Amino acid sequence: MASQYKIVVGLEIHVHLATRTKIFCGCELVYGDTANTHVCPVCLGMPGSLPVMNKKALEFSILTGLALNCAIAPFTKWDRKSYYYPDLPKNYQISQYDLPFSEHGYIEIPAGDGSNKKIGIIRAHLEEDAGKNTHTLGNFSAVDLNRAGTPLLEIVTEPDMNTPEEVGALARELQRIVRFLGVSEADMQKGHMRFEPNVNLHIERDGQVFKTPISEVKNLNSFRAIERSVAYEAQRQYAEFLETGKTLQMGNKRTYGWDDAKQMTVLQREKEEAHDYRYFPDPDLVPVEVDDAWLNEIKSRLCELPLQMQNRFVSEYGLSDYDAGVLTADRATAEFFDTAVKLGADAKRVCNLLTQTGLKLANEKGVTVNQLGIGPEQLVQLAKMADAGDISATAATTIFEEMAVTGGDPMQIAEQKNLIQKSDTGEIESLVDQVLAENAQAVEDAKSNPKKAKKAMGFLMGQVMQKSKGQANPKIVSQILNKKLK
Amino acid sequence: METLKQLRDKIAAGEVKSVDAVKAIFERIDTIEPKVGAYLSLCKEQAMTQAKAVDAKIAAGESVGSLAGVPIAIKDNMCTTFGTTTCASKILENFHAPYNAHVVEKLLASDAVIIGKCNLDEFAMGSSTENSGLKQTKNPWDTTCVPGGSSGGSAAAVAAGLCSGALGSDTGGSIRQPASFCGVVGLKPTYGRVSRYGLVAYGSSLDQIGPLTQDVTDAALLLNVVAGHDERDSTSISEEKAPVQDYLAELDTPVDGLKIATVPHLNAGADASVQKAVEAALEVYKQQGAEIVEIEMPYFDYAVSAYYVIATAEASSNLARYDGVHYGHRSRDAKDYVEVYSKSRDEAFGTEVKRRIMLGTYALSSGYYDAYYLKALKVRNLIRQDFTKAFEQADCLMLPVSPTTAFKIGEKTDDPLQMYLADVYTIAVNLAGVPGISIPCGFDENNLPIGLQIISEPFSEDQLLRIARMYEKHTDWHLRKPEL
Repeated sequence: MASQYKIVVGLEIHVHLATRTKIFCGCELVYGDTANTHVCPVCLGMPGSLPVMNKKALEFSILTGLALNCAIAPFTKWDRKSYYYPDLPKNYQISQYDLPFSEHGYIEIPAGDGSNKKIGIIRAHLEEDAGKNTHTLGNFSAVDLNRAGTPLLEIVTEPDMNTPEEVGALARELQRIVRFLGVSEADMQKGHMRFEPNVNLHIERDGQVFKTPISEVKNLNSFRAIERSVAYEAQRQYAEFLETGKTLQMGNKRTYGWDDAKQMTVLQREKEEAHDYRYFPDPDLVPVEVDDAWLNEIKSRLCELPLQMQNRFVSEYGLSDYDAGVLTADRATAEFFDTAVKLGADAKRVCNLLTQTGLKLANEKGVTVNQLGIGPEQLVQLAKMADAGDISATAATTIFEEMAVTGGDPMQIAEQKNLIQKSDTGEIESLVDQVLAENAQAVEDAKSNPKKAKKAMGFLMGQVMQKSKGQANPKIVSQILNKKLK
Repeated sequence: METLKQLRDKIAAGEVKSVDAVKAIFERIDTIEPKVGAYLSLCKEQAMTQAKAVDAKIAAGESVGSLAGVPIAIKDNMCTTFGTTTCASKILENFHAPYNAHVVEKLLASDAVIIGKCNLDEFAMGSSTENSGLKQTKNPWDTTCVPGGSSGGSAAAVAAGLCSGALGSDTGGSIRQPASFCGVVGLKPTYGRVSRYGLVAYGSSLDQIGPLTQDVTDAALLLNVVAGHDERDSTSISEEKAPVQDYLAELDTPVDGLKIATVPHLNAGADASVQKAVEAALEVYKQQGAEIVEIEMPYFDYAVSAYYVIATAEASSNLARYDGVHYGHRSRDAKDYVEVYSKSRDEAFGTEVKRRIMLGTYALSSGYYDAYYLKALKVRNLIRQDFTKAFEQADCLMLPVSPTTAFKIGEKTDDPLQMYLADVYTIAVNLAGVPGISIPCGFDENNLPIGLQIISEPFSEDQLLRIARMYEKHTDWHLRKPEL
């Protein structure tokens, strides 16, 4: 029996915003420091302390909302979400309930076939993160509140994804977007982004569609885990459906964790607990009005988004989708590349220089390509020299590396290092004539022995190059050789 | 006994040393305090250090603040880095705050000497200070009676001459009602006038800090010190929107053509002695040319009901943090973290606090939110409109502070609803966020003080104090002191 099912996935995503300070107090956001060293009465939830909104956190959120094509609410407010947990000092979390700052948007993701797919965004809201419970003290648990009060952007998508790859693509695309916008470091290993897929299947059988119970997989922080957990859930749910015939009902949503060692989802909660968070507007914070002037100011900080840029590099510059993807992995590289092309360099040439040499160098130095000490103008010059045949592709790499060290002019470096190719046809022609005269057998083979022609041609080529001490432009050598041997 | 202002002027002029004034107060506390029980803790060391510093400044000819050297008491729900901040609750009995409340910083910056922290109903929930988890405060006029609440300790300390002035907090009448019961002046400023930073929250949208003093001048002086924007409290008003006035500047200038609104059906609900005193007070104003307009406030009667939904809802959330995990009382018998919560809270919260947490939790629960909390917010809006309309017709509104004078200790402790009604005239003022003041306006047949409540527009404390002063100038109720 063919497995006729469609995977249906929606994502809940938490993104740590890269503000300097916490969302409701002045404590600095520091990852991985000694426990409870970045805390104050406010983020400790001390009696009498009061929260004050970090405007930057809301601006970062609005910027992201705009990039996700969301409607930005002119009036938004803060609500208290009540639940008891030791990592939550006030035993309520300041969040947004019925009036989130943004809703009804979409994100475009690469569909894998060169086209894009739109995934709906239900809403995005801002809230404070909790602290961390640790269990390394034997009979006691400890609480670290350094993280408490980190601005956390929660994004909820429509269940518009239908393959594990699409879910992964969305996660990657969102990472690229928030990095382009500069609102989050989006470092998965540091927990800057956490994903929670809601997965079920629509199974077609006898002209009827059966929906399996939804599984929510909690707290995923690697792209692989996201994709694999969705794939695993799809198989597991299908097998379960065949065995039990269970379908989606109110209250039968289950919560799973992902066991990375066993590569499987693990049941955490059988039924969705009837949580009553007793949301109500936080009386300590005033509602926020986002007027047009402010919104326009934030809008002016928007940049071209990575996927748009990637598509443009393909359609306008004729790059492959793969190369365009590599160049748009981070904003600095993408903009550096784009600037160089706009200054007149050949796109494919610059792309090769950057992807084959620039990114490698940047990676080694732990910087972005625009921080290598090479300006886009220098890169353009280097690209043009290579295009003109003044230098070989190998020489271009050498010069690029040298430029990154000395910051020098590419032409000067080429001259210093004797890397300029000879393109003087007269000079090359005389070298060719010498070689032809010295190698009669090879000339014979090249002209009239089809079996040996190719090899003979290569030999002659090599001889000419050797005579020029490697400085003859191989393109021109080949042209002249071909002409003479016809 | 001299007033705060009088003592301050003497100290600043070098006629009296702050150290001597503070010593004298502590001596008086030694003899009188056991009869009253106004204080939960005294901070002698901190006070003497502060007094010496002020004296040194004066001796050196340096300028001193407007509260130079005077002994001030604060309600024990305001955080101080010295001593404990208990909120009269066992759950915070040994709690040492790591920071000073905004008002404490302001007091210290104006060279006041903070001498102690006053008793209150636990977490400011109550009208008699009987809900204190730590102490019973008695009314200085009759020590078998309650001092009112929740700022009962502050009011009693002022009335008994155990400080020169005090700060209280008012969520539903907690400054004005004990001021009335103890025969002192009590001002609840407009919501947003004084920063709540460091005031342990009860009902965050209602709480406001204000002075309790011997007379109106002292109230103006204390308000001058504590009023003003604080960026740490988002709900405190900005200087551009409502600049702080010098409340002393025009205090003695009567308000020309004063129009006073009264609400006949409300007055009718008070005891006869209270009604009589309020009517007599209105006469004093009439004699000064004031006009009385009778108005209706149709939604006023719903204030108590709306208040006990809104205040308890906020309280249920505000008090969630007292869980035994991070600070405060932790049960010794807890077997797991859920028991840390349930047992710690069960052992250390008092009955009334538990009742209000339960009420508020219920009101916010899914399925009940619309019927209770949302409805209460709508009522609150209507009450606000009642006040807006009243102030279109008059400069201020005058009402009793409480339907009765101080009642006997234990008289209402078994009947929470009766207790709640002690605030029937004050609660609406908090819901509307407007300022209100209680000033002494007579005594009943048992020689217990009666208060007159004057209410005015938001951020019109300057006018409110001038109106209060108009009465005070022509009467001497505020000069009478209890015999102790």
